[in-house]
Amino acid sequence: MNPDFVQLVLITVVTAATPLAIAAIGELVAERAGVLNLGVEGMMIVGASVGFAAAYLSDSTLLGALAGTVSGVAMAGLFAFLVIGLAANQVASGLALTILGGGLSGLIGAGFVGQKRTAAPSLSIPGLTDLPGFGRLVFGQDMFVYAGIALIAAVAYGLARTRAGLTLRAVGDNHQSAHVLGFPVLRIRLLAVLFGGGCAGLAGSYLSLAYTPFWSPGMTAGRGWIALALVVFASWRPWRVLAGALLFGGATVLQLHAQALGVGLPGQLLSAVPYLATVLALVLLSWRNRRGAAAPAMLGAPFIADR
Amino acid sequence: MVNWFRSAATMALSLALVGSAGAAEKMKVGFVYVGPVGDFGYSYQHDLGRQYLQQQMGDQVETTFLENVPETDSGRAFEQLARSGHKLVIGTSFGFMYPELKIAKSFPNVKFEHATGYKRSPNLSTYSARFYEGRYIIGQIAAKMSKAGVVGYVGSFPIPEVVSGIDAFMLGAQSVRPDMKVKIVWVNSWFDPGKEADAAKALLAQGVDIIAQHTDSAAPLQEAEKAGKLGFGQSSDMSRFAPKAILTSIEDNWGDYYVGETKAVMDGSWASKDTWGGLAAGMVKMGPYVNMPDDVKKMAEDTEAAIKSGKLVPFKGPITKQDGTVAVKDGEVMPDKEILGLNWYVKGIDDKVPQ
Repeated sequence: MNPDFVQLVLITVVTAATPLAIAAIGELVAERAGVLNLGVEGMMIVGASVGFAAAYLSDSTLLGALAGTVSGVAMAGLFAFLVIGLAANQVASGLALTILGGGLSGLIGAGFVGQKRTAAPSLSIPGLTDLPGFGRLVFGQDMFVYAGIALIAAVAYGLARTRAGLTLRAVGDNHQSAHVLGFPVLRIRLLAVLFGGGCAGLAGSYLSLAYTPFWSPGMTAGRGWIALALVVFASWRPWRVLAGALLFGGATVLQLHAQALGVGLPGQLLSAVPYLATVLALVLLSWRNRRGAAAPAMLGAPFIADR
Repeated sequence: MVNWFRSAATMALSLALVGSAGAAEKMKVGFVYVGPVGDFGYSYQHDLGRQYLQQQMGDQVETTFLENVPETDSGRAFEQLARSGHKLVIGTSFGFMYPELKIAKSFPNVKFEHATGYKRSPNLSTYSARFYEGRYIIGQIAAKMSKAGVVGYVGSFPIPEVVSGIDAFMLGAQSVRPDMKVKIVWVNSWFDPGKEADAAKALLAQGVDIIAQHTDSAAPLQEAEKAGKLGFGQSSDMSRFAPKAILTSIEDNWGDYYVGETKAVMDGSWASKDTWGGLAAGMVKMGPYVNMPDDVKKMAEDTEAAIKSGKLVPFKGPITKQDGTVAVKDGEVMPDKEILGLNWYVKGIDDKVPQ
């Protein structure tokens, strides 16, 4: 098989994996702090509409990405007010956030339907990007891809090696003890949720600025839900999020390439691979970790300080 | 409390709907859409039809629309419109079929219309468009414009509507270039811009130089533009998304039908029926023919005229299936019922319909 074709396939796998990885790494941080936010899809779609609107008005992809991220943070702030401030049910609030996001994004994007922009520029380093076989794959992606990898590396390092990361994990595993030790449980959770929202917003703006550079209602098409599944699949480990995103994105894209090549693969089945893989991962995890689950122990449990 | 709130809300909603009734002689026409009017695709085109109706009939009609109505919950929307004095209620999604049928039975004095369905009753008509006629034309254009002789086709679901579109496309292509090849990729979604773009990329990587699509977003067309190749628009004129790549669009055009049905209700001639109109009825419209040499443009226009006049019928024999069996004999025309249930490819397509 010719190396240019292989490179092209791998590039499409990377672009398909990027929004999943960015949204999932944000959700992972929120969940490690003990908050389950099912509103990823809603925050993503708002990020897509706000990101496109801002980029269109300012004619700057960077400002668009920034605005998309901020809109995700704002959506997460609303969620945090409900589940952290008022200790509301996290599942119900998250679902409400998704529904709200769908409507809100349509409203924000209404004036931008049918407008188009050029896609976010790709990195171009003379001499490196032109390298045959892997140049474009490694040195020719757009900024979202590198930002996504940097985010995952930062979260992996932060959760494992920094005081703040360990504190966050303590809050997610036993908020009562963390509270007794004097950690500000609610504030830490708030920051984790806001970080998750920012990542979802960034992932959404990637869709409307780089992946398919236009705005259309419902354009996330369920990617927020796949990101949620991805966190479970990754058993709440940052680097596994990257591997899972490549697997999930790859399953989708490879079957499209297989069809174009005329290789008969059942498309419907391959579309279900992310979900089947998640179920399988859950089975394996509960098999292996019978001593203790991989999930943060306080996941989904509201914290109310006893006085 | 909850009940009080609900009835207050319903009242407010009915008031909002009835409120602007104004002059009594105005006929009210209500529309129910499955998607947002801002989708720049299917629901958007229906809403253009509604606007056209309003513009053509002026003071004589008043139009209302409800957008983003979930199919399972659409009964309430139809009842709401029927109760608030609408004389003609139009549902535009296949999934509205049973809820609309049920409400139509409870409101015998209101006329109902349902797009793309097949259940009728004395006050419920159905209508749809012969999009495959447009696909025959773009097949011819693709065969003329392709240097590689291979065209890529992004499909949504392997249902008869889409499969018959592929067949019509290839019959058109083969009519000018018998050895024309097509590569088909199914994305199993009507609308997923990212996945549609990936499908187009996969096809372009296999050396196709024209992308045709039967999905709703402009993403495949944009990929063609990015790669410096060519493509076609779907549902609406998508030239603004890809000014250099677009050849033409197959546009849905419901306005004339809506005007006709509204007039029929007004003068009492309305009757329940099934309408399946194509280019001749104006339900399918071709966008501007651009980015092609004059002789190709002329061919496309001639074909369009021939289909309109009935001189050319896309599904006219001889048509051979992949396995070599004759599907339609020379000189015969495939009956509508068969087109509506089509689930096989014509000879020359090197692929299998997914089961």
